[in-house]
Amino acid sequence: MLWLGIAWFRMPLLKSSAGFGSVTSSQALVEIRDVNFSYGSRAILKGINMTLPKGKVIAVMGGSGCGKTTLFRLIGGALKPSKGYVKVDGQVIHELDHKGLYEIRRKMGVLFQFGALFTDMSVYDNVAFQMREHTDLPEEIIHDLVMMKLHAVGLRGTQNLMPVELSGGMARRVALARTIALDPMLILYDEPFAGLDPISLSVVGDLIRRLNDALGATSVIVTHDVPESLKIVDYIYFISEGVIVAEGTPDEIRNSEIPYVHQFINGEKDGPVPFHYPGGDYKRDLGVSA
Amino acid sequence: MPIQRSLKAIGSRTINAVWRMGYASRFLVLTLIYSGLSFRRFRLTVKEMFFSGVMSIIIIMVAGMFVGMVLGLQGYETLKRYGSESALGTLVALSLVRELGPVLAALLFASRAGSAMTAGIGLMKATEQISAMEMMAVNPIARLIAPRFWAGVFSMPLLASIFSVMGVFGGYVVGVVVIGVDEGSFWSQMQDAVDFQHDIMNGLIKSFVFGVAVTVIALFEGFDAPPTAEGVAGATTRTVVQSSLAILLLDFILTAFMFRGA
Repeated sequence: MLWLGIAWFRMPLLKSSAGFGSVTSSQALVEIRDVNFSYGSRAILKGINMTLPKGKVIAVMGGSGCGKTTLFRLIGGALKPSKGYVKVDGQVIHELDHKGLYEIRRKMGVLFQFGALFTDMSVYDNVAFQMREHTDLPEEIIHDLVMMKLHAVGLRGTQNLMPVELSGGMARRVALARTIALDPMLILYDEPFAGLDPISLSVVGDLIRRLNDALGATSVIVTHDVPESLKIVDYIYFISEGVIVAEGTPDEIRNSEIPYVHQFINGEKDGPVPFHYPGGDYKRDLGVSA
Repeated sequence: MPIQRSLKAIGSRTINAVWRMGYASRFLVLTLIYSGLSFRRFRLTVKEMFFSGVMSIIIIMVAGMFVGMVLGLQGYETLKRYGSESALGTLVALSLVRELGPVLAALLFASRAGSAMTAGIGLMKATEQISAMEMMAVNPIARLIAPRFWAGVFSMPLLASIFSVMGVFGGYVVGVVVIGVDEGSFWSQMQDAVDFQHDIMNGLIKSFVFGVAVTVIALFEGFDAPPTAEGVAGATTRTVVQSSLAILLLDFILTAFMFRGA
């Protein structure tokens, strides 16, 4: 029944949305086709299809445990789908060998939920890390590049600080500077707004949009922060129970009549996602006779 | 039924232990395969040697000194009964170089540097720093594990040597300076009895083997730790326990081969 219900939610918006459905393979940087993934017998993703064009900012939204982080890991090649494929820049990710995977990852940038800065390195060394590992650039050039990246996120003055000396918002911005260190073509953001105060949240959101446009990159944001995402993204996919239940532009999502999307956008406590976890008879649990 | 349950539990633990040994062996092989970077960019290894080796020097020196002093006291008491006080230097030196130096230095190294390595790697995993490195196309085995491994392997014989030197000095202080054993006998008998190849080299080989065992256990436990506070705490405890047992077991095996009937 739930399956039928989800399929029903999905129908109207898919029909009404021109979205990215008209994007051809040559315009797409990431293609996700019929992707299924399970942890043991527990199915996490069930037939996901997405086309992510170059130069756009796309949000993947849904409640906790809906499979969006799994999708994020599939795009990055950290997991292999049990069926279907993820193509990035024309290459099927799970078919790549270790060397090929590392080659494609050099063209990607990943921002982890809490930044994942290297705590034994200064801000400067964190941003310079990939430049030193993957290029033979002289230290003077690396210095200038690091300063430019830090300037882009507004933290040029923090170069000598250690990650432990940064606030949550600053750490996220330093991590963003590290993410764009090698000008990636694809940037993946895992919950970039989690735990940020409103000012930092707005700053990070604005940076994601501006850096994407400046680099001509494609950004995929896995998040459940509705207001900030609607402000900065071009397109949104909603995932629930491992399937895409809705997709569209921010305006389409805002005006959506789909119950799941409506509940999610407005933060309603009850709806297609019930407040109560399924349980037995309440009176019987309390030992009260009818 | 309880017997069946017990057998099942024992079987499950045994299978789990064999799996983990297999993973640890694979981990060691991968570490060796990806060790090139540790030598091409030797400063990475030197940096880790500072944390695991240099930072352990104080505890090694102090412990070595006290062990040597105790050996001096106990050795003198025993040798005096046979009128062989002049052999005190030999007793102190051979005990330290062959046995106590490598073993106690390795136990201290496991407690201080090994546990720190496990906690460091475990926390990096828990805070997604290792995943971040992977996603940046940087192999964490090559960049994080191998330099720490070689740092531990290089540091261990040096620390064991420092331990033995400090121990001999402690024995000298107690035996010669405090008790009054003849200084000439102390040093000359030591010089006659201690063979470079048989005693010192075998002691160094022991400490090298202990270094490999302790660092592999410490790094594997950190890398394999569940990414939670309890996971890292458990892994740190396992490092100290398993390293200590491995050192004592390996010591018996190596001693049996090296000093059999000597």
